[in-house]
Amino acid sequence: MEDLRDIWVYLSATPLLHLTLTLAAFRLGAWIYTRSGMNPVLNPVMIATILIVAILLATDTDYQSYFDGAQFVHFLLGPATVALAIPLYRQFDKVRRSALAISVSILTGSLTASLSAVAIGYFLGASHDATVSLAPKSVTAAVAMGISEKLGGLPSFTAVLVILTGITGAMMGPFLLTLFRIKSWPARGLAMGTAAHGIGTARALQVNEVAGAFSGLAMGLNALATAILLPLIWTVLFAA
Amino acid sequence: MLTYLTLIFACQLAGELIAHALHLPVPGPVLGMVLLFAFLLVRGKIPKDLATVTDGLLSHMSLLFVPAGVGVMLHFRLFGDDWLPIAAALIVSTALTVVVTGLMMAWLGKRAATDIEG
Repeated sequence: MEDLRDIWVYLSATPLLHLTLTLAAFRLGAWIYTRSGMNPVLNPVMIATILIVAILLATDTDYQSYFDGAQFVHFLLGPATVALAIPLYRQFDKVRRSALAISVSILTGSLTASLSAVAIGYFLGASHDATVSLAPKSVTAAVAMGISEKLGGLPSFTAVLVILTGITGAMMGPFLLTLFRIKSWPARGLAMGTAAHGIGTARALQVNEVAGAFSGLAMGLNALATAILLPLIWTVLFAA
Repeated sequence: MLTYLTLIFACQLAGELIAHALHLPVPGPVLGMVLLFAFLLVRGKIPKDLATVTDGLLSHMSLLFVPAGVGVMLHFRLFGDDWLPIAAALIVSTALTVVVTGLMMAWLGKRAATDIEG
């Protein structure tokens, strides 16, 4: 038994263990998702996250040791965001033709996302910290954390709320869009990217290239719009 | 392949530098996306090897959110106190945002009478 413990201690100290865990958990999540015919409710990020949290809690591993390994996956978020330029370029003609419609829709979506989240949190009695941290929940994580800090929220809590929002949006979005008879791929993509940032975009990209391109665009523009507007609105609302 | 992976990293790096130097409210990678997009406009087409790199990155994009998502375990206490209002805000507000944005775009897109049904 002593040997096994030594091996465990050794493995826990290398990034390999938690890197493998992350990939394996996601692989399983993706397998379930694909087997279900890409049913949005069986979101692979959600399955993988639940699985990994359960394993970490069961093995009494803290998040920092996990992240030491998983950071290599996390790092690729930046390059993947840059890579969204390619689907966007492929759909540039469509984007250019409806530039005004896109801008107005994203602006409306940005305000809906932040104001409704704050209003619901406030009226249902969430703590001040939680309410403030909810405000930028639909914005891609890096920007959302910056906004949260500016408003006096908790950036690391905001990051988690952002991921949960993305999962929620990717799970409910396709169903809601169909329910409201929104069939055009640009509109579906724009809605997913505005409400559910990169996770919504990942789902949109899998379903349709046009939706993916519009979703990536919406993610970027929503980040920009919210980062500029929300601090201004906040000052007007709470400084008076 | 390596050339274009370097190009992607360089775009992100330049984006980070610009965002920090000018105190812009946009994250480096989003500016990097704009820079890569500008590169494509100048180039006039998407180089095949670049598409190979980016398709690889984007086809598993949701995997990249898992490490941050696991961070939920750091905040169980905050959820414990407020799980109901937080869950309600996440679900209702996200649903509202999807529907409002989608309807707005569908309506404006139709009004503009462009053939974007693609």
